[in-house]
Amino acid sequence: MKNSTARGSYRRKKKIRTVLMHILLAVLALIWLFPIFWIIMTSLRGEPGSYFTTFFPKKVTFSNYTRLFTETDLLNFPRWFSNTLVVACVTCVLSTFFVLAVSYSMSRMRFKMRKPFMNVALVLGMFPAFMSMIAVYYILKGLNLTEGVMKLVALILVYSSASSLAFYIAKGFFDTIPKSVDEAAMIDGASRFKIFYRITVPLSKPIIVYTVITSFLAPWLDFIFARVIAGADSRYYTVAIGLWNMLEKEYVYHYYTRFAAGSVCVAIPIAALFVFTQRYYAEGLSGAVKG
Amino acid sequence: MKKSMQSAEIGEAGFFKSLAKGDGFTKLSLLVPGIGNIRRGQIGKGILFLCITALYWLYFFRTGLPVLEKLPTLGTKTQEKVWDEAQGIYVYEAGDNSLLILLYGVIFVFLTAAFLLFWRAAVRSAYKAEELKRAGRRVPGFWEEVESYFDTKLYRSLLSLPVLGVLIFTVLPLVFMISMAFTNYDRDHQVPGKLFTWIGLDNFRTVLDFNGAFGKTFWPILGWTLTWAVFATFLNYILGMLLAILINHRSVKAKGFWRFCFILSIATPQFVTLLTMRTLLQPNGAVNVLLREMGLLASDGALPFFTDATWARVTIILVNIWVGVPYTLLTTTGILQNIPTELYEAAKVDGANARVTFLKITLPYMLFVTAPTLITTFINNINNFNVIYLLSGGAPATLEYYRGTAGKTDLLVTWLYKLTIDNKDYCYGAVIGIMTFVISIVLSLVAYRRTAAYKNEEGFQ
Repeated sequence: MKNSTARGSYRRKKKIRTVLMHILLAVLALIWLFPIFWIIMTSLRGEPGSYFTTFFPKKVTFSNYTRLFTETDLLNFPRWFSNTLVVACVTCVLSTFFVLAVSYSMSRMRFKMRKPFMNVALVLGMFPAFMSMIAVYYILKGLNLTEGVMKLVALILVYSSASSLAFYIAKGFFDTIPKSVDEAAMIDGASRFKIFYRITVPLSKPIIVYTVITSFLAPWLDFIFARVIAGADSRYYTVAIGLWNMLEKEYVYHYYTRFAAGSVCVAIPIAALFVFTQRYYAEGLSGAVKG
Repeated sequence: MKKSMQSAEIGEAGFFKSLAKGDGFTKLSLLVPGIGNIRRGQIGKGILFLCITALYWLYFFRTGLPVLEKLPTLGTKTQEKVWDEAQGIYVYEAGDNSLLILLYGVIFVFLTAAFLLFWRAAVRSAYKAEELKRAGRRVPGFWEEVESYFDTKLYRSLLSLPVLGVLIFTVLPLVFMISMAFTNYDRDHQVPGKLFTWIGLDNFRTVLDFNGAFGKTFWPILGWTLTWAVFATFLNYILGMLLAILINHRSVKAKGFWRFCFILSIATPQFVTLLTMRTLLQPNGAVNVLLREMGLLASDGALPFFTDATWARVTIILVNIWVGVPYTLLTTTGILQNIPTELYEAAKVDGANARVTFLKITLPYMLFVTAPTLITTFINNINNFNVIYLLSGGAPATLEYYRGTAGKTDLLVTWLYKLTIDNKDYCYGAVIGIMTFVISIVLSLVAYRRTAAYKNEEGFQ
């Protein structure tokens, strides 16, 4: 009898604990989701300005979205969007090639300068990236890449060349492909290049998807470098600087709700891609050949 | 296979041995790279070498030499106002541009270094061809060698473009900026109106001097940077791990949903969430307005989120918990699930409670596994530009700091950004960049070398 009440109180205690844990999680999740909800609410607000006293909009409207895409005289969001899309697509092709090329060489081939190369890549990653921004700007100027459409070319070059230093994850993946696969192909007379694109690349789907998406996302997220390159010419802004610009003093009152709408438009695809990548990232980390 | 192995034995001699042992044509290759190869029948290769050499010397005499002359002084002729008789007005007569001289100087050094490497390779190649000929073997033709760049030398073709990109857009600019640290290129020496010149280590002395106006900015900012990095790293680490443990707990339902809620905040671009938080926390932002409506603040009162130094620092660290905890959740969930359950069962038998289990089993295990990533996170936090710049922009501003260039929440990196982009004090910016680098490199080289992946990379192959 005594035993069963003890078990009963233990069970009740456990139940209370479970409920408490769920409440705690719910509160935390609310805190974490609050800014995101806030943006979505703001993007639906009918009233202008950036200071609101209520969480829910007084007047719900979709006009922020439509005006964002139709009123393009002053701040041209569709143009920024297409700029960023073009830069992102080209960057993603180039960087994927660069990352795969570097990581394949570092992982599958053995040559004298291999370890020094890898160490230098690490050391270069330690410098604050924008320390050399001014110098990069002058070099781009020397190459005549700082006027008009060439600004976008400059962004592509800078983003993709920087990406080739981030080869460590892909290299770790290639390391897990057994060397015997390569050796067997070599005995059959395949050249190294053939092995690279006929064997290694097809085996590396998860890490390629991961690389493609991360390099596609970079131009959408960077605003430090894009700001230096784009300068004052708003025609060649990317989405990130464009939105940042909407919060400048002269625009913020009329554009704050449209800033929110623009953020939502950009954030939804990015978030979707990111969540999608996570799966491939996990697969990439666990290696090519499952044991 | 066999052919390539044989040629590997022959002609892998170094530069000096090649020179000493080679015959007349090989020695002549020192003066005219390519001549030795042409003599042994490698016409295509030889002509290519000749062309590269010609191009370099053309560059050297036309562009390189004038720059080299000016490099030690960085220019002597200042831009001047000159009275133009014919037009009857003052016109500016262009002087030397120190910045361009420095940039071209750095490019000259890079090109020359590349040419020297090429030169060395050319002499060795000539000797290799000579040796092959002497041994009675066939000297490989041009297309055969091109083919080898898709086979045994594939790494050279694969690496060429990425390495070129990194050289032009990372290494060259970096060397350029580092060399600026040894000049007086500050706001008072702006090109093209004025010249700047080499001043040795003076900038380092200025920045590190405890008593100078600059030192009085540098040391407090360094202190705050390290404090910030410690808090940002360890709070996020511990809290994120606790959250992961909570979600992993066997009685928690809908684990995937909870994780998704938190991951969503990583997936949203930082400039969106952080800029939103910034507007929420302004003196007239939503948070203060709501508190006023609720009667918790006077109608003109406001919590000084970004206007008081201590408040601002605490706010930033708290917001960074919001930013960082989901990352820890993402990275530690898998590792936590891999902790051997026997450890926990043994602890349970010994009557350990949850706190003891966490402190004695979970934390030591996690620290052991994730120590390298923890140090990388620490470095990333020292260089955490986004959170500070987007959230507070370094505010509150203060005049205690050098010419008001930095605010109380500025890290070394954001100060560097402001010094170079907003104030054009490039030489000081460069010094701060170098100092940040030194701190980062010391910490992280130690860390990387300890990772199992680095020591044992062939383990799986």
